[in-house]
Amino acid sequence: MLGCPALPASGTQSMHPLRVSQFSIVSSIGAGQEATLAALRSGVSGLHPCAFETVDLPTCTGAVESLAEFRLHDAFSAFDCRNNRLAEMALRQDGFEDAVAALLARHGPRRIGLFLGTSTSGILQAELAYRDRDAITGMLPPWFDYQRTHNVASLSTYLRQRLGIAGPSFVVSCACASTAKTFGSAARMIEAGMCDAAIVGGADSLCLTTLYGFHALGLNAPGPCRPFDAARNGISIGEAAGFAILERPQPGGSGDDIMLLGVGESNDAYHMSSPHPEGVGARLAMERALMSAGLVPEDIDYINLHGTATRVGDAAEDSAVSTLFGNETPCSSTKGQTGHTLGAAGIVEAIVSALAIRHRILPGSPHTETVDPLFRSQYHILCKPASIDTVLSNSFGFGGSNCGLIFGRQR
Amino acid sequence: MMRVFVEGIGLVGPGLDGWLAARGVLAGVEPYKYAPVRLPPLALLPPAERRRAGTTVRLAIAAGMEALEHAGRDPVDMPIVCAASGGDGETIHETLSVLASQQREVSPTRFHNSVHNAPSGYWAVASGSRAPSISLSAFDASVRAGLLEAAVQASVLDRPVTLIAYDVPYPQPLHAARPISATFGVALVLVPRRADRVIAALTISMADAVSPATCMADGELERLRLGNPAARALPLLAAMARAAVCTIHLDDVDIVVEPS
Repeated sequence: MLGCPALPASGTQSMHPLRVSQFSIVSSIGAGQEATLAALRSGVSGLHPCAFETVDLPTCTGAVESLAEFRLHDAFSAFDCRNNRLAEMALRQDGFEDAVAALLARHGPRRIGLFLGTSTSGILQAELAYRDRDAITGMLPPWFDYQRTHNVASLSTYLRQRLGIAGPSFVVSCACASTAKTFGSAARMIEAGMCDAAIVGGADSLCLTTLYGFHALGLNAPGPCRPFDAARNGISIGEAAGFAILERPQPGGSGDDIMLLGVGESNDAYHMSSPHPEGVGARLAMERALMSAGLVPEDIDYINLHGTATRVGDAAEDSAVSTLFGNETPCSSTKGQTGHTLGAAGIVEAIVSALAIRHRILPGSPHTETVDPLFRSQYHILCKPASIDTVLSNSFGFGGSNCGLIFGRQR
Repeated sequence: MMRVFVEGIGLVGPGLDGWLAARGVLAGVEPYKYAPVRLPPLALLPPAERRRAGTTVRLAIAAGMEALEHAGRDPVDMPIVCAASGGDGETIHETLSVLASQQREVSPTRFHNSVHNAPSGYWAVASGSRAPSISLSAFDASVRAGLLEAAVQASVLDRPVTLIAYDVPYPQPLHAARPISATFGVALVLVPRRADRVIAALTISMADAVSPATCMADGELERLRLGNPAARALPLLAAMARAAVCTIHLDDVDIVVEPS
């Protein structure tokens, strides 16, 4: 049945590490690794009062400003929507397109998997189309292309054609854990021999559904979000896209290579939009990630938290983290910089983790002033140089969907 | 190539009221008769969640629980893979309508129901399972995507996994943009090795060349197959109902079905 006896990813057994051979990113703090790293070092925030579309809400967003003028290649104009533009923008950073071309040459299109995540895909197109319904028939306008924009799978349909990939592909849509979970699917597919390499990540972009939806839940902060602050009062929605290539490790790889070491997934089994108050599901995801990496809590040098800055969510995560790791493992949420990029949070923070390892920094948490005195975890506010070899990145979503990813160096 | 075993099947479709009842129709030994889909009450959910649940949630839970019952398995600790082309039609339509109005007052319940993984979230609350769950889409190829993910999980993690695929018709005006003709849900309990209750072995591989999809012989069932992305699983179900060895072409995946 399988070529290999060992068993990976999100179960109770250890996985074979995979090399993250290339990654690219676009968010409100910059396009590309270099700009993102500079922003992490300086602590600059991409959060500003919301000026998106016709939205009239007292909140901040982490918007990628240049999207309005950005265009897809002509041949793909049917896919044009904010989400696919953001994805295309990320594709053009950090030599990612060239890396995909080299990957195609190495393995052939049928041996490359494409596992991408999004929560809202191109729903903005449907929001606009509903304003443009025929006055008499109520029908949607002819310009609306459901399959290529609004549908959840639009992103993988687009990139499959755009990049010429012919291996297994789908979109994972598990709310704010979406892109984190693409790493798990890819690791399992490679382990099972269904593909030799995979492209993971994805995109989530600003839309009215999430801005007004989180407003309805009373979860939008009026100012920039302040993760783990005593006075935290909600999230700032951001948008981002990012991709990573996962491959089997090369013999004699260098210590600069970033490795995916572990993936842990769980469900809260508690509530649709509130986390379990003690973070039971979150702790399970972290424990399973450690088990899958064959590591113990002491091996983790830094935790990039989910830390969205809601009252309940941060408290639950602090409880889960301090129960499992005690109070000495440094941790921070970078959502004060990028905002909560929802379905893209997993890939954004995977890349933040990779940058932290490669460039030896401990990312900070702008806008957080006073860490909640009730919290027990070792929360860090200012970015500083640090020797970081192994990072845990947390992503939790609606529907109780939790995912922990562990990255490290090639050993 | 992967080999997994089907231990339980759940089925909810028009005129297809459960796997055991529909087996004869799928095998082609009984005539197909259309009947509206009946969704059973959500006995497993607490009252608040029961009130909030949309059609996709009820459909996914009905199909999934039937499959687990058929397999004699407890949902606790059972990972699930949900595959759906899109979300809950009514939820999406209501939310989009409100956002196009002056008020833009989105209902908090509709908002959390609008996520693609809402059925898996409700499933976890209903079953108490903290096992991993994943929710996928590959448009019309969503069943293929879900089957690959579930079979890979069963093989690689060496544990039972339940696949639940479902899609529901959308109200107008979305229906014109995405015509889905009927409510349809299917669930398969997949296990990594042969066991007492196994119905069939599935050997799944990526096709070397994409063959035309395997069709349903019955005209109405073929229309159903084409009318709902989840119903793309019908030829696979029919093969298991016929209990004869055959190969099913499902998008770019070939499935060799060997009955037990």
